[in-house]
Amino acid sequence: MPSPEATIDNVEIDRIISSHIDLEGPLLPILHALQDAFGFLPSQAHAPIADALNISRAELHGVISFYHDFHNAPKGRHVLKICRAEACQSVGGTALAEKTLAKLGLDWHGTTADGAVTVEPVYCLGLCACAPAVMIGDKVIGRVDAARMDTIISEAGA
Amino acid sequence: MKITVPMDSAAKAVGADEVVQALLAAAKDKGLEIDITRTGTRGMIWLEPLIEVEIDGQRHGFGPATPEDAAAILDGNSDKALGPVEALDWMKRQTRLTFARVGIIDPLSLDDYKAHGGLAGLKRAASMTGQEITDEVKASGLRGRGGAGFPTGIKWQTVHDADAPQKYIVCNADEGDSGTFADRMLMEGDPFTLIEGMAIAGLGVGATKGYVYLRSEYPDAIDVMRKAVDIARKAGVLGADVLGSGRAFDIEIRMGAGAYVCGEETSLLNSLEGKRGVVRAKPPLPALEGFLGRPTVVNNVISLATVPVIFEKGAQHYADFGLGRSRGTVTLQIAGNVAHGGLFETAFGIAIDEVVNDLGGGTLSGRPVKAVQIGGPLGSYMPVSKFDAKLGYEELDSQGGLLGHAGLVVFDDTADMLGMARFAMEFCAVESCGKCTPCRIGAVRGVETIDRIAQGDMDALPLLADLCETMKDGSLCALGGFTPLPVMSAVTHFPDAFSHAKEAAE
Repeated sequence: MPSPEATIDNVEIDRIISSHIDLEGPLLPILHALQDAFGFLPSQAHAPIADALNISRAELHGVISFYHDFHNAPKGRHVLKICRAEACQSVGGTALAEKTLAKLGLDWHGTTADGAVTVEPVYCLGLCACAPAVMIGDKVIGRVDAARMDTIISEAGA
Repeated sequence: MKITVPMDSAAKAVGADEVVQALLAAAKDKGLEIDITRTGTRGMIWLEPLIEVEIDGQRHGFGPATPEDAAAILDGNSDKALGPVEALDWMKRQTRLTFARVGIIDPLSLDDYKAHGGLAGLKRAASMTGQEITDEVKASGLRGRGGAGFPTGIKWQTVHDADAPQKYIVCNADEGDSGTFADRMLMEGDPFTLIEGMAIAGLGVGATKGYVYLRSEYPDAIDVMRKAVDIARKAGVLGADVLGSGRAFDIEIRMGAGAYVCGEETSLLNSLEGKRGVVRAKPPLPALEGFLGRPTVVNNVISLATVPVIFEKGAQHYADFGLGRSRGTVTLQIAGNVAHGGLFETAFGIAIDEVVNDLGGGTLSGRPVKAVQIGGPLGSYMPVSKFDAKLGYEELDSQGGLLGHAGLVVFDDTADMLGMARFAMEFCAVESCGKCTPCRIGAVRGVETIDRIAQGDMDALPLLADLCETMKDGSLCALGGFTPLPVMSAVTHFPDAFSHAKEAAE
């Protein structure tokens, strides 16, 4: 199976950078756009970004590694974010998360062997009055109990 | 038949879209003509999905609705009937100034917005000087709703007086505190109010550009805000000539990247500039050296979204609500293990007890209330003995509490207070920007120290208190500086959770 990096299109990287370069403080918009396009931040993008913004690759690495959203390698086909924050905890969020990880045989940030699901922690989805809450892709789900979580996971193919 | 169904993400999260599909299918079966408008949420989350049907000019509610309720709702004999929504206790008892239109209008209809008082404030502001605009905000007594409660008018005055070739309005929409969702609901339910407030701010201080820094955990809000900005621009509410005033103001929506600390204003500015979200020392104040070193107003969503009604109804109208130095209304977010959770806008001064036990109806589980955490993860756990405290900035502070963004998270008696204290430290460690040793390292040591207490080592208790003092005094921002609040409030008010660990370990 070809490595993900083998299919990275440098022309696309350059196009994304140049279409954002005139923004004030363009780096986060550039990183978001690259991750949207490729599913992760390819290392081939580092030199072109640093060049275009006139920053060092160390500075760029510093920015990428600071933010929880950015990742340097692909995740599973579905990213399931389970809220770990206080309001979700107040209605059993911790136990729900533990059961889910145990069922999938994962630690936090882990991906199932078949590449279907990655489970990440998230700290608040703003659904604190219909907790516990999770987000899968861009879809938010509230009042999650064990049964609903089973459905979410099986629909994600895990 | 006119029907409204919220598109707010909380409503969608509990099945609103599926109910819409069922309503459309049922209407087709019955050969009924229905017209469904998606709105924001009324804020009564325990009733979502809340379907509203217009009957004789009044909107009647049905909720919490499931797809199976669709046919009966259309027939008018559903057992989920609640009667006229605005006659419900929760709605009647509010003073909705900031949230007046949320749940009522189509969030993306400028016509709907204008029909409900929208743009009246901006039209008035467009005929005022920057100083007159700033004076009006000062007179209203509006204080920053992000958490610090700084007088908004004074902040605007500083930026107004600054001499610079470019100034900015930055809206802090990085609402990361657990137990808070007012910003999200406002942006999803009435985005034009925020846009109008930012435009008035721009005219007030001489800023021609605005940014909304929105957290990435709010994809629906980002989508609605982007669409609203486009619509506003096409209608001349934003752009080179705001409402024909001859003055320019435009807005760009920017997405955060999962860092809680970027809710701190200087960390946010660094992030907006494309840097690590490290906190800056103040002075210089962002009002003088903010985004790209230029004078910048950084205000919370609710602060900016309250500006239009201040200009529409007048500063005194707003200032007449409230108590002490907490003028106007507070948008309470009632959350967690609570029977009736949601958004409740009311004058400052309501007591915790009324919010939790009367409005909130006690716990969702039915078990006794143990504590409520107010102000987010950096706020104190208030025990039941302090529930007579009033919700105002100074009033709550005098009781050892933090109002913050006014989110209240209710816990029942199954809550493990040692676990909550440990989580406060763990969260600080995960989210620390890394600048200050007491925060970066202290939070990690805090987790370890609480683990020692959990194993029965009571010598670790005074060590924890000492560590908290150091974090409080030695941290540049509220992340490290206020983490001691939930930790020490748990130790102080729930000592059994920390001493029983010793017995359990033996």
